[in-house]
Amino acid sequence: MELVLSLGIGVLAAAGVWLMLRPRSFQVALGLSLLSYAVNLFIFAMGRLTVGAPPVLGAGTGIGQDSVFVDDPVTQALVLTALVISFALTALFLVVLLAARGITGSDHVDGREPHPGQQSPGEPHPGRPQP
Amino acid sequence: MAPELLLVLAAILPFLGSAAAICLPGHARNAAAGLAGFVTVTGLACIGLLYPLAASGAPVVFAVDWLPALGIRLVLRLDGLAWIFSVLVLGIGALVALYARYYMDAADPIPRLYCYLLAFVGAMLGIVLSGNLIQLVVFWELTSVVSFLLIGYWSDNASARDGARMALTITAAGGLCLLVGAVLLGRIAGSYELDAVLAAGPVVRESPLYGPALVLVLAGALTKSAQLPFHIWLPRAMAAPTPVSAYLHSATMVKAGIFLMIRFWPVLAGTESWYWIVGTAGMATMLVGSWSAIFQHDLKGLLAYSTISHLGLITLLLGLNSPLAVVAAIFHTVNHATFKASLFMAAGIIDHETGTRDMRRLSGLWHAMPYTATLAMVAAAAMAGVPLLNGFLSKEMFLAEAVDSTGEHWLNLALPVLATLASAFTVLYSLRFIRQTFFGPPARDLPHAPHEPVRWMRIPIEALVLVCVAIGLVPNLTIGPALAGAARAVLGERMPDYDLAIWHGFNAPLAMSVLALAGGVALYRVFGARIDTNPRGGPWLMHRLDGGWLFERGMTGLVKGARWLEARLGTEHLQPQLRILFLAALAAAAAAGVARGLDLLAPGRATAFDPAFALMWLVGAACALGAAERAKYHRLSAVILVGGAGLVSSLTFLWLSAPDLAVTQILVEIVTTAMLLLGLRWLPKRDRAIPVPDSERVRARRRRVTDLVIALAAGLGLATIAYAVMTRPAVDGIGRWFVEEAYPQAGGRNVVNVLLVDFRAFDTLGEIAVLGIVGLTVFALLRRFRPAPDSLERPAQQRRHDADDRSSEGREPGHTTADALLVPRLVTTWLFPFIILLALHLFLRGHDLPGGGFAAGIALTVAFMLQYMAWGAAWVEERLRIQPIAWIGLGLLVAVLAGAGSWLAGRPFLTAYFAYWKFPILGKVPVASALVFDLGIMVLVVGASALMLVALAHQSLRRTRVAQGQAEREASEERA
Repeated sequence: MELVLSLGIGVLAAAGVWLMLRPRSFQVALGLSLLSYAVNLFIFAMGRLTVGAPPVLGAGTGIGQDSVFVDDPVTQALVLTALVISFALTALFLVVLLAARGITGSDHVDGREPHPGQQSPGEPHPGRPQP
Repeated sequence: MAPELLLVLAAILPFLGSAAAICLPGHARNAAAGLAGFVTVTGLACIGLLYPLAASGAPVVFAVDWLPALGIRLVLRLDGLAWIFSVLVLGIGALVALYARYYMDAADPIPRLYCYLLAFVGAMLGIVLSGNLIQLVVFWELTSVVSFLLIGYWSDNASARDGARMALTITAAGGLCLLVGAVLLGRIAGSYELDAVLAAGPVVRESPLYGPALVLVLAGALTKSAQLPFHIWLPRAMAAPTPVSAYLHSATMVKAGIFLMIRFWPVLAGTESWYWIVGTAGMATMLVGSWSAIFQHDLKGLLAYSTISHLGLITLLLGLNSPLAVVAAIFHTVNHATFKASLFMAAGIIDHETGTRDMRRLSGLWHAMPYTATLAMVAAAAMAGVPLLNGFLSKEMFLAEAVDSTGEHWLNLALPVLATLASAFTVLYSLRFIRQTFFGPPARDLPHAPHEPVRWMRIPIEALVLVCVAIGLVPNLTIGPALAGAARAVLGERMPDYDLAIWHGFNAPLAMSVLALAGGVALYRVFGARIDTNPRGGPWLMHRLDGGWLFERGMTGLVKGARWLEARLGTEHLQPQLRILFLAALAAAAAAGVARGLDLLAPGRATAFDPAFALMWLVGAACALGAAERAKYHRLSAVILVGGAGLVSSLTFLWLSAPDLAVTQILVEIVTTAMLLLGLRWLPKRDRAIPVPDSERVRARRRRVTDLVIALAAGLGLATIAYAVMTRPAVDGIGRWFVEEAYPQAGGRNVVNVLLVDFRAFDTLGEIAVLGIVGLTVFALLRRFRPAPDSLERPAQQRRHDADDRSSEGREPGHTTADALLVPRLVTTWLFPFIILLALHLFLRGHDLPGGGFAAGIALTVAFMLQYMAWGAAWVEERLRIQPIAWIGLGLLVAVLAGAGSWLAGRPFLTAYFAYWKFPILGKVPVASALVFDLGIMVLVVGASALMLVALAHQSLRRTRVAQGQAEREASEERA
């Protein structure tokens, strides 16, 4: 399980980093999402893996010595807030991206096309059928 | 009143007064001046009442914890030295407040001036009363900042701005050095408390860090007290209003540097390096200052250089390493403050009444303003060191020290000569000031006809001159005890015997004084006229040296250097920045791994392998890789694939005993995907047809290969670390404690939720505040947003609908499309209450079972979102008024109030309360204050995420409106 999960984290992170290094802001947004999955899982994994023992106490008021729980519920709490924050981050990034696209007319991360004279992919092509 | 309270009152009152002054209306001159007068006089009374205690030898101390973890306390400490400086700061502050009321023009924003002035009083008092090094540095920097505001008060004047900038640059840079020096001193002494540092003098002087600490502390003191070569800021600060100059350059700002050197004299002085640095700086400053003062034509310029020279004199005294010289230094500090403040005020009156400060134009003002002239003459005589005035006494002490200081050093041998020379220069410029301004034929072409100022404007000068005369005539009855108290606070057991008498018999100092007086008068007779017509425009021998020019060159060079470095090392492109960031992270991780020599792949703990889990992750990996590949040309499928990866990670959480995370992740996933889909409309897919130049093709391929390597290395690295950590046995951390204490202490069975809303609630409060801020930012960004043109044409389905409608009888285009979502609409309408119920369920069970405020909030958002998607924004908002911004505020308020509620029980912020109450039908229900906090979380999460979604959804409405407006415009143009 450890090997599978760590490989999974690795693939998510690699895909995320690759996308974050791409020139189009949409790619960067998706990369950010993928990378935050990887990092959230990574933080979560720091609490070690336990199958079938959620940190929810039974109906009794206490826990016995022999009851099995995850080793570290703190990482879960940290990831829970991280999930919400990465959601907020993705939303903010998406909106910044839209605004930048609206203002600059380009969806390149630098706000302008790297090769002057090249047409921005966002502008409708002259030959494209108009609705 | 308790002495500590008086002390606190005196220290805090100026800041309160400053805050009050800025609230006054712009024309409230009398109110602002009255406020400043009240504050300073009250402070003076407080300090005055404390005199018996301060003079008794045991300082009055008031302390509160500031940074207990670092052992730093806020300490107010009043000893003899602090007392005498406080009286100067507050006393002259009160006089300046009165003077400024009549000096300033009615058109100036007066309350602002008084606000700065009072803040400056507070900052200066803070320095003087600090009983802690770090606290002292904070107030020190505050004086730099406030002096910047004061000097640049007339901000429409370019020279005021430049002067303020230069003063801030030099003194704040010195303040930074002082901070480091203070930290070093504190480390050497083992404490930042002043008492401990003062007691650790021998330890400090023998420490290997003494050298750096000395240089850094002196860098602060010498820049502030305008010693060579840092003196250049002081003449340029003369662009400030004259009351400000009178205050900053007599009793306060520059005296802060002197105060610092006196304060640390018992710790730092007594060594060869102290003598060298302080003595040489003081000597050079005294000579250059008095020499330059001779050649000034501007009254304030003369006073500025004279101030530099007198500061040099005091610094030189401190550098001599002799206890008696310290007494002389403190004495001269007081004397200089009184006569220089009155001279600045007199110069201000002359400027105010005649319209010029140029000594070459002024003449014969004695006839027009005899009273002011008399006052100025007495003050100038005190400055020149004429007997029976206070300046004479301290200058005698200085000359006596100059004679007594014997040794092999050339500075010692030259000292008596140079001291006499500087005194003669002082006589020369004082004489020139008086002679040229008040005597001679009445001036003709002055901008205003000169006359005496209003009565109240003279009172501050009268008071100061009275002090000059009183100290000069009966020093033992006036300044004697306070001076002794101040000196004893510095010197302790090394207190020398001295006599403040006017007449010490015929001795060397007297001869030097007489020589200086006679020499000064003679020099003026010979050179007076030639100074006025000095063709070089600056001091002889030094007119080519322009400190300001050097400073500006230095600053320009700094900016150019920074630009050059930025051009070489920086980039404004995002991709290289990110690349560097990732590479740096990789290098740091690799370095740490190599340095520790970790065997990352040693086998260890393992959880039983499950093929289904592996299969699930095969899908997850495929989704991630697919998304990476498709994102360029196929954005819709990329979004779906990213969603797939998110789903797999949600399932992983579920599998590995984290149901809370699974629930939250899947809900977040839904909302994020919906948002990306909403945004997709303005995010064009890249057109394959765009030609890329051949030259770019090679570079692009190389870039891609590099990025691929970075991405693979990042993935591999993260996987390796994750694997290595997961296979190690768990660290016996705090995790178990939370599991064990969740129920007994917080009454919750869901440990993760308890952690969020109880144990780590403060953290969560921060998180939801961030979420709220992000929501508002999104709203603000989109409010004035002009959407880009739609990148997609209308879908083929809609076009077919419209074509059908056109060909059918009685149907308009759009009718069919409007009904297209009929079934989903009905379904979502029915679902609406059930999703709300689900959200409430998640919320209520959160404390004991997976769920909680975050999950509930996002679930509720999903309910709203579905309505928006199915029915459109306009339809929903006709029927349902959601006010997300209010929700955000409400949520934050509820959360904070839930936390603050524990104050009522006398417990710290966010201490949770819980109990199980029995209700008739519901049975036993947990009642916990954490539930209220969780409610706040839920409400805020709904508000923030709904705000983002609604703001995005509204863009499509706006887009239609824009398009309609355009169509109408085009139609009207066609008609025309």
